[in-house]
Amino acid sequence: MDQVMTAEDTQSEDTWTVAGRTFHSRLIVGTGRYKDLEETGAAIAASGAEIVTVAVRRVNLSDPKAPMLQDYVDPKKYTYLPNTAGCFTANDAVRTLRLAREAGGWNLVKLEVLGPPPLLYPDMRGTFEAVEVLIKDGFEVMVYCADDPLAAKRLEEMGCVAIMPLGAPIGSGLGVQNPAMISMMMEHITVPFLVDAGVGTASDAAIAMELGCTAVLLNSAIAHAKNPILMAKAMKHAIEAGRLAYLAGRMPRRMGADPSSPLTGLIR
Amino acid sequence: MRDVLTLLLNGENRQFETPARGPLSVLGLLIELGLDMRKVAIERNEEIVPRSRYAETWLVSGDQLEIVHFIGGG
Repeated sequence: MDQVMTAEDTQSEDTWTVAGRTFHSRLIVGTGRYKDLEETGAAIAASGAEIVTVAVRRVNLSDPKAPMLQDYVDPKKYTYLPNTAGCFTANDAVRTLRLAREAGGWNLVKLEVLGPPPLLYPDMRGTFEAVEVLIKDGFEVMVYCADDPLAAKRLEEMGCVAIMPLGAPIGSGLGVQNPAMISMMMEHITVPFLVDAGVGTASDAAIAMELGCTAVLLNSAIAHAKNPILMAKAMKHAIEAGRLAYLAGRMPRRMGADPSSPLTGLIR
Repeated sequence: MRDVLTLLLNGENRQFETPARGPLSVLGLLIELGLDMRKVAIERNEEIVPRSRYAETWLVSGDQLEIVHFIGGG
């Protein structure tokens, strides 16, 4: 019993910090692509996430009283992380985040400058340009990036507060396709390191955490599941399981069997 | 006679009458549009208009305005 308590205590104190804010949940979820705002709110609650990404878009002026995200996902309860989804230039991304800061007062933002469809691969030249402007302007930038160790290190040196490479293209659900590169990149990064795109199901999230990621950011894997609320719960457990497995340290791989039961004392 | 302002509002040309007492402010526009100013942010000609300055930021014909809010996104 004492041992169980100790394990739980360890878990409850396993927090992470980004830009001076401390969080318990290592799952960051998006708020897009749900059936409606009610489902958005329920899925996010089930995920246990403390940070949610949000997009900045034009107000529909023909329907000014339409329900708003804030009515279903309380900004006092969740840390809103405005993103620049859909921005293909540094300038658009910077303008978007300045608007987000004015709308909500948040300095902590998620930057993504994307290349063209169908890959929406991170445009690193645009990303560097935007990071430079944003950091001068006082933003704390969590940055979506390619799985490029040199680019990631440079982004950290420029002052980004979290490095967030993709595991696979945005919304692809292909899982972590680059586990070796993710591991190698992580070794040289001291700020929080997250897998930000590609997770398709719970095991993918667990793999990212087992590799040693600080946290995982996902959206479609929950929103596009047949039952998003159930998948949100699955993701919560997968993140926790992956984290615990990472802390526990996996057994070494070996090419061949190594029986768990003693080979002595067998009946004859 | 009141003046008519033409504004490029979220990408669409829209016309507004100026109030009886002087020019139209950003605050006046938001009231006219029925928007909750606590939940939106405004860019005028690619410059942020701070919320504290809505009442004293006067609009002129040809201004380009972006009025945005948060929506679900990943």
